[in-house]
Amino acid sequence: MSVDTSLRFDKDYVTGFSNSRQEPAWLQELRLQALELAQELPMPKPDKTKIDKWNFTDFKHEAAGTPVAFNELPEDVKALVGSEAEAKNVLVIHNGTPVYSALEQAVKDQGVIYTDLLTAAKEHEDLVKKFFMKSAVAVDENRLTALHAALFVNGAFLYVPKNVELSAPIQAVYYQDDEAAIFNHVIVAVEDNSSVTYVENYLSTNESTDSVANIVSEVFAGSGSKVVYGAVDNLAKGMTTYVNRRGRAEKDARIEWALGQFNDGNTVSDNTTHLIGDGSFTDTKTVTIGRGDQKQNFVAQIFNHGKHSEGYILTHGVMKDSASSIFNGITKIEHGATKSHGEQTERVLMLSEKARGDANPILLIDEDDVTAGHAASVGRIDPLQMFYLMSRGISKAEAERLIIHGFLAPVVSQMPLESVKNRLVEVIERKVR
Amino acid sequence: MSAPNLKIEDLRVSIEDKEIIKGLDLEINGGEIHAIMGPNGTGKSTLSAALMGHPKYEVTSGKVTFNGEDLLDMEVDERAQAGLFLAMQYPSEVSGITNADFLRSAINAKREEGDEISLMKFIRELDKKMDHLEMDNAFAHRYLNEGFSGGEKKRNEILQMMMLEPKLAILDEIDSGLDIDALKVVAKGVNEMRSPDFGCLIITHYQRLLNYITPDKVHVMMQGRIVKSGGPELAQRLEAEGYDWIKEELGIKDETVGQEA
Repeated sequence: MSVDTSLRFDKDYVTGFSNSRQEPAWLQELRLQALELAQELPMPKPDKTKIDKWNFTDFKHEAAGTPVAFNELPEDVKALVGSEAEAKNVLVIHNGTPVYSALEQAVKDQGVIYTDLLTAAKEHEDLVKKFFMKSAVAVDENRLTALHAALFVNGAFLYVPKNVELSAPIQAVYYQDDEAAIFNHVIVAVEDNSSVTYVENYLSTNESTDSVANIVSEVFAGSGSKVVYGAVDNLAKGMTTYVNRRGRAEKDARIEWALGQFNDGNTVSDNTTHLIGDGSFTDTKTVTIGRGDQKQNFVAQIFNHGKHSEGYILTHGVMKDSASSIFNGITKIEHGATKSHGEQTERVLMLSEKARGDANPILLIDEDDVTAGHAASVGRIDPLQMFYLMSRGISKAEAERLIIHGFLAPVVSQMPLESVKNRLVEVIERKVR
Repeated sequence: MSAPNLKIEDLRVSIEDKEIIKGLDLEINGGEIHAIMGPNGTGKSTLSAALMGHPKYEVTSGKVTFNGEDLLDMEVDERAQAGLFLAMQYPSEVSGITNADFLRSAINAKREEGDEISLMKFIRELDKKMDHLEMDNAFAHRYLNEGFSGGEKKRNEILQMMMLEPKLAILDEIDSGLDIDALKVVAKGVNEMRSPDFGCLIITHYQRLLNYITPDKVHVMMQGRIVKSGGPELAQRLEAEGYDWIKEELGIKDETVGQEA
């Protein structure tokens, strides 16, 4: 089904939408240009997954949430962020509306900005303008990035000025219990020599209704800075998802991605990091479980531009039922990126005859003086392991559960935050049962 | 708890359409320790794997009852639940699951829901048994058999046996690859289990383990059958004289499976 985006969302609609939110003129202009592009540009082409029948363009756009006190947040959300005392730096967006936010005074005093993106676009116009869909994810990459720019509803803006080290994690929950689409945009901009940990959770409840998630995250790590980006995606079966998380690391900067990708619907995920500066570093860890008949395509991609830059990709995926997933790992070392290093590992475990997994490690190297390596494996559960575990009285289902946990453990155990780790274990537990 | 009974009648087992066990009879009761001896390739390990329900082995005919129940009709986990245990010659390595987590899952699998073993009690038991087997406590937190030496794997099998308290344990070449000190430790573990409620089948090439665990009955296996049975003195004679006298006595030229007398 190829849907003409102009049918549903035209210039008048976007203008009206932007006006209703009192957006600054530059943003409205950007949206309108993006809308035009969305009608011209092709869809993204994930390698080895056909998405031309997937619906990314026909959806209900707007929903609303109501701001609430902490105690009135849905239980699912509270379970993610902890108690009010624990959730000191948190933003909750419900159906596109920021409904709760907190930021410690001590953090504010250091010049840190953490607010929903729409508020930031009004109150910190120059900063948002500087980062929003410019040098990380461009508006004109494909139809979905353009559509994203034209129709994004809200998101988060996290800005950490120079020389600020935040120890407590900054949290976000994006929660959708309306059939409307999720069009969320996240900017994490960290200036020189600062450090921050940002953790987000996506949750939706649309099991049967058809909807769309179009998510873009942009991470900017200034010289000598460190960004830890944790994400747990847990969108329901009715959601067809495009998620694009991208980072740019300047000189000696470090970006660590810890992604738990547990959507139940069809998903295209692109996680790309550009190691721009010399000595920059990134590490991308992903765990995922596919189930039902969902189809997914995951790209983990690192571009080494700077000298002495290092990039690591580690992906472990479990495929159940008749789920199928493609894992494309791409290490691209550009000419001139001498003494760079790239390494990637993709492992896929298939639990049933009908499950499909495909791991494609790709090294593209345009420079001689570098080191790089890759490993990939796709396999079924080992019948001898099953026999061994069952010979101790453990049921088939429990033995499978243990093996899955064991298979994902090398990634989960290395996740940077205890809270992310626990959340992953919890979601994995629910998915493998 | 009633004394266990394992009864094997005219058992035939094939792997990939090749018959390995060719009509085997054996009965083991609680309180008894049996040893099956024999050279390589005579079907000893096939017997143990088939009794536990190894997916590659196919029982083509015969009958096995465990405490009166049809063992061959049970799934692997049901056999274990019924009280059968196999200490394997080559235990699997399972990454990402600690020894302790695995053992606790196995213990709880035998218990009713809501009656799971408390963590404190479990740790107490585990520490005690590990001390008994002279195992470093660090093994509890290592991934199941991953990177274990041959000897460590064997001790770990015995540790599992002691924790799970089966009614009948089959030890498949538990002595292979063990030095004399480790052998004594393993024997100590088995002797600790000895009681009227516990039966044991030891499968081995060598008599040396039987110096530390005195068997009640010794059987010699050749060509997929038990060809001779006796008391502990049979093991000693085998140690002293080898297997040739049995072959001569029975007119067997090649004792391995597939070679008929």
